[in-house]
Amino acid sequence: MNEIAIIIETVIKAVVVLAVVAGMAAFATFIERKVLAYMQRRLGPMNVGPHGILQLAADGIKLFTKEDIIPQNAVKPIFKIAPVIAPATAFTAMAAIPFFPEFTVFGYTVTPIISDINVGVLFIMGVASVGMYAPLLAGMSSTNKWALLGAARTVIALLSFEVVSGLALLAPLMLIGSLSLIDINDFQNGGFSSWLVWQQPLAFLLFAIAGFAETNRTPFDLIEYEAEIVSGYATDYSGMRWGLFFIGEYANMITVAFLVSIIFLGGYNPFWIIPGAIMILIKISAFIFLFLWVRAAWPHVRPDQMMWLCWKVLMPLALVNILITGIVLI
Amino acid sequence: MSLELILASSIIFVLAITIPILFVLSKKLGPNSQGNKQKNLSYESGVTNPIGGSDSRFSVKFYLVAILFVLFDVEIIFMFPWAVNVRELGFFGLAEMFSFMILLIAGLIYVYRIKALKWQ
Repeated sequence: MNEIAIIIETVIKAVVVLAVVAGMAAFATFIERKVLAYMQRRLGPMNVGPHGILQLAADGIKLFTKEDIIPQNAVKPIFKIAPVIAPATAFTAMAAIPFFPEFTVFGYTVTPIISDINVGVLFIMGVASVGMYAPLLAGMSSTNKWALLGAARTVIALLSFEVVSGLALLAPLMLIGSLSLIDINDFQNGGFSSWLVWQQPLAFLLFAIAGFAETNRTPFDLIEYEAEIVSGYATDYSGMRWGLFFIGEYANMITVAFLVSIIFLGGYNPFWIIPGAIMILIKISAFIFLFLWVRAAWPHVRPDQMMWLCWKVLMPLALVNILITGIVLI
Repeated sequence: MSLELILASSIIFVLAITIPILFVLSKKLGPNSQGNKQKNLSYESGVTNPIGGSDSRFSVKFYLVAILFVLFDVEIIFMFPWAVNVRELGFFGLAEMFSFMILLIAGLIYVYRIKALKWQ
């Protein structure tokens, strides 16, 4: 009986997470256009609704009612499955993230995490790396030259930076001694000075850079660089299927923002008089703003520069960081 | 399999219900021209007919990076259990893992030396 109650509660949480994150992803696209516009001294979308706020609804309806084109040469079953993988893995990775501190509704205590897996960090990294199959299969099944090249680029970029993000996370995990994100959050409950970013600045920097690369944000957005490979793996996709890739990408952004906030920036611990739930919202908003700011400010790198940065700069730095952390700990 | 992992997959079931509904609705609402040969060709920068196949060759470096990833990522997975228990394992565990990491760095230097990561 008790287990059935837990399962029902979990399914409700899953529905809520799905709805809220999909809404946040849609809103993030609107915010992205607005922020980029203001940084370039434009106004951005203004016509649909007050300050263009309904633009996201208009875009959603447009994507939803657009014709679903499958190129005649494409390998159809794989072409149809590939876009589903992107949001499925992005949302499944969120199962291990504690979004907020515990709260009580009508005398019933709610823990806002779908499932407190004791290997949470490994689970998120593993599931997120399965998401790599989405661009790979999409690019290879489209039978399109741009898509094929885009898929090859995407896969090496994601693979390389996964090594960096794994190595970057090792050093803070050595300090904490647990893979559960709730334990990682509780480790930093001693106020501002106990945030892990002060003990592990290098790991924070490496993980943030790897996060930019894994979500294909601007300094590393080689996979959709229009001037070189049209639209990368998504060249032949349109309508709903393209929309699923898009939601998956923004859901990944939100996951990375949550991970950075929880592991390095003190998570959902209350700060001064600000309660924890608002604190973590401020942190993830700030990190998503950083994503947009970097997009507005920086040109992007060449593929060979990106490989150079990953394998010859970031990886040795991450290994040195682990060595130093180990020596200091013992 | 623990209960937590089963619970974590609940989100997949929710997605497995919502995404097909979205697809069916989208198909009902949108136009449909599956018979149009010209329209359903793959896109190639405005050229009407794709030139050649898409089975063109690309640099072997892509495969090399993928193989290097397998080597290094498996080693990182070995390091996770050690990182969580580093305090209990003490100095001996640290020395063992450092000798392992020296092998890792030696491998990395070898990869640099054979120019596997040098792109033209």
